[in-house]
Amino acid sequence: MSAPTHRGAAFGVETIGMTKIFGALNALDDVSIKVRPGTLHALLGENGAGKSTLVKCMMGFYQPTRGELLVDGQEAVIRNPRDAMRLKLGMVYQHFTLVPSLTAAENLIVSRPDCPSVIDWKREIAALDAFMATMPFKVPLTTPVSGLSAGEKQKLEILKQLYLDRRFIILDEPTSVLTPDEADEMLGLLKAMTARDELTILMITHKFREVTAYADEVSVLRRGRYVGGGLVGDLSTADMARMMIGDTEIRERATRREQPSQPVALELVALHAADDEGLPAVTSVDLKVRAGEILGIAGVSGNGQSELIEVISGQRPLDDGRILVHGKPYEPVRTEMDRLKVFSLQEEPLRNSAVPRMSVAENMALRTFDKPPIASLRWWLSPAPMRARARELIDRYRVKTPSTETPIENLSGGNVQRAVLARELSGDVDVLVVANPCFGLDFASVAEIRTQIMEQRNRGAAVLLVSEDLDEILELADRVAVMSGGRITLNAPIAATDRAAIGHAMAGGH
Amino acid sequence: MPDPTTDASVPAVAAQPAPHPRAIDWVGRALAASEAIVIPVGAVVVSAALFSLFLLALGKSPQTFFELLWRGGFGTAFSWQNTLVRTAPLIFTALCVAIPARLGLVIIGGEGALVIGGFAAAVVALPFIGQGGAFFVMPLMFIAATLAGALWIGFVGALRHHRGVNETIASLLMFYIAVAILNFFVEGALRSPADPNKPSTTPIGADLMVGQIPGLEVHWGLAFGVVMAIGAHILMSRTTFGFAARVTGGNVRAARAQGLPVGRLMLAACALAGACAGIAGYFEVAAILGKANASLVAGYGFTGILVSFLARHNPLAIPPVAILFGGLAAAGGLIQRRMGLPDATVQVLQGLIFLIILLSETVYGRIPLFSREARA
Repeated sequence: MSAPTHRGAAFGVETIGMTKIFGALNALDDVSIKVRPGTLHALLGENGAGKSTLVKCMMGFYQPTRGELLVDGQEAVIRNPRDAMRLKLGMVYQHFTLVPSLTAAENLIVSRPDCPSVIDWKREIAALDAFMATMPFKVPLTTPVSGLSAGEKQKLEILKQLYLDRRFIILDEPTSVLTPDEADEMLGLLKAMTARDELTILMITHKFREVTAYADEVSVLRRGRYVGGGLVGDLSTADMARMMIGDTEIRERATRREQPSQPVALELVALHAADDEGLPAVTSVDLKVRAGEILGIAGVSGNGQSELIEVISGQRPLDDGRILVHGKPYEPVRTEMDRLKVFSLQEEPLRNSAVPRMSVAENMALRTFDKPPIASLRWWLSPAPMRARARELIDRYRVKTPSTETPIENLSGGNVQRAVLARELSGDVDVLVVANPCFGLDFASVAEIRTQIMEQRNRGAAVLLVSEDLDEILELADRVAVMSGGRITLNAPIAATDRAAIGHAMAGGH
Repeated sequence: MPDPTTDASVPAVAAQPAPHPRAIDWVGRALAASEAIVIPVGAVVVSAALFSLFLLALGKSPQTFFELLWRGGFGTAFSWQNTLVRTAPLIFTALCVAIPARLGLVIIGGEGALVIGGFAAAVVALPFIGQGGAFFVMPLMFIAATLAGALWIGFVGALRHHRGVNETIASLLMFYIAVAILNFFVEGALRSPADPNKPSTTPIGADLMVGQIPGLEVHWGLAFGVVMAIGAHILMSRTTFGFAARVTGGNVRAARAQGLPVGRLMLAACALAGACAGIAGYFEVAAILGKANASLVAGYGFTGILVSFLARHNPLAIPPVAILFGGLAAAGGLIQRRMGLPDATVQVLQGLIFLIILLSETVYGRIPLFSREARA
């Protein structure tokens, strides 16, 4: 590995009329963007706007139907990711691609395409040290990656791209697993590298704050088309938001109705649970949620929130502690869910709350299939009332589906979430457990789902909302709790805290 | 249920009008449905082609082979009878695979439940042999076989539920235990002096034997098997148990989140599956063998796995597929005599079919012709 000086190594990339058609879907329609050398360029857009398709065409994962790619001013044909690597294009994915049991150094060395079958570790480590000396950020090289924090792993992913001498790096929502402080540190360092002309960055994001604070230029996509962009300094957040969502009218958010304090409906007492490896994931969690109140649980993903939700919804055994609903011990089995009116809306509905290959009607009946009118004599199942009920819910919640008999996996993400929402919220709800309900949805769906949650609260339901999106919590919650390392590090009324305090608590609160 | 949210919760997003239920695309639906038939049939054809190459390599004529297969399995009334006698146990053992498969469990030890079921039937009959009272003893034998099979595979389900033991391995290993139990008693305490050449239990006698379906010369087990297959279909598609089972098999996380008793459902499905295989054992003893001996271990349980996979675990598809494999088995003897090929040749074909069936699982959803239905 040569360790040349990287100053002035940055180059630009330009797409001209990039179009990608999947069957009947125009995923990308005549998109031309220009990423100038030595800049940090943000790519904004809602889910499904074509951001991923665009970068996958640039990286050779997809072949564009039409369009050209210019790398450093030269026309480039990228047939596969290997061609992209040869042209020094690299990409950092949202999820880590490191080998957890290997050290950082080992991860870097084995990632090299020219890595020899027999590795001269002494020589390689020396070369690696020389390389690291030129880098603005450091990562412990000798600890296994599994022992690194999320921020360090993310840095290592970026270092890997630089080590492989990629000079144009695409970052896919790089800060989604970082605390606000980690995100600021990393983006600051990257911005400095682009400013020194060592690197060009194209960053996919949907956080306006990151765009305004760190990006030089921005391009906005909507429904597969380029709808605007320019220098970040020339655009306001409102301009960018308008480009992203177009003319879609967003419903006014449901207003929070002020109501007197009500009794505690859901109480978690000293909960302990282990993760899939049997290591403690939830440690001594005590929380109380009152009726007519939303308790938001913030935190960086992977700090025990998923396990907590799984325990409450019956997907993971409870190691110790108690769950009380209306003061009585609660066990997440069907009879008690029905009796105490406990409902849940989980993240990734196709993984957690729907059966992908069963029909929309069947999925909407998961709560009611064993009760009249769908069931008679406790055993006999009648499809007609099941379909009738599904049709009613489809109309009321505007689920877009070809028919009630379509497998739910054929629906778009927003419609799957809406179908599940219809099922869980159409009854009489006392306790609602929600996890990242808006993850990956478009603006209109997000507004709708948040409104529904707020309305359940106004009606008097106790809502436990886990979200990785701090803005969502700040918008919806009455109280906020922060989870870090499986513990609650902050628990305060929303008015008595702020972003900084929450961010501090996310990092462990010490 | 009172529904206070009816009006308040109607979302009102201007840009999202209510959907128009799209006209149902009948051609697309028919094509999508035909995928489940075309792919397995294609798999069988590919296996037959590969098997022909195998025969050519042995210097034998594939044409003769398939002619004999037809004649031995389906060509004459006698061969049909031969085929259907072998079809009956295959339907039951295939159900033993298909029912747990709907919950995502892979049970391959149906042969063990068949052996234990047949053995139990023969044993409970022992005190009553030659004393009449068939109206009482025959149901007793049937119940004993059903229960023994249910407990046998039910135990596998319990191991899985309470101890997290892999059900596939456990059911396979239990098969060896079943054979050992059978041999231990048949060659020891329960060996009948009536049969000096082959260790067996005392023959149950003609009055306890199951009769034949009039005009078909095949025992009642076949009809019962078809009824069971239809019953299994109704259970899976039209009952709350079947619905809960399909939810569990389709997404166990969603089933847990709905508070469904996943463990109990798995246990029940395993017991039901074992009961089916136990019934196969009952008919082998009470309609064919007349006693329990090593002939119970005839491989029906293992061929049943194949039948279930080829039928895509659809109970209604099991009887026809079972007839196909019954015919293969029935023709084995003829092929052996006429072509000078070992009896196991048919098993080579069966193995090939299984391999290609497993491979063909990866093809589903990949052929554009079958997935015309527009995505919402």
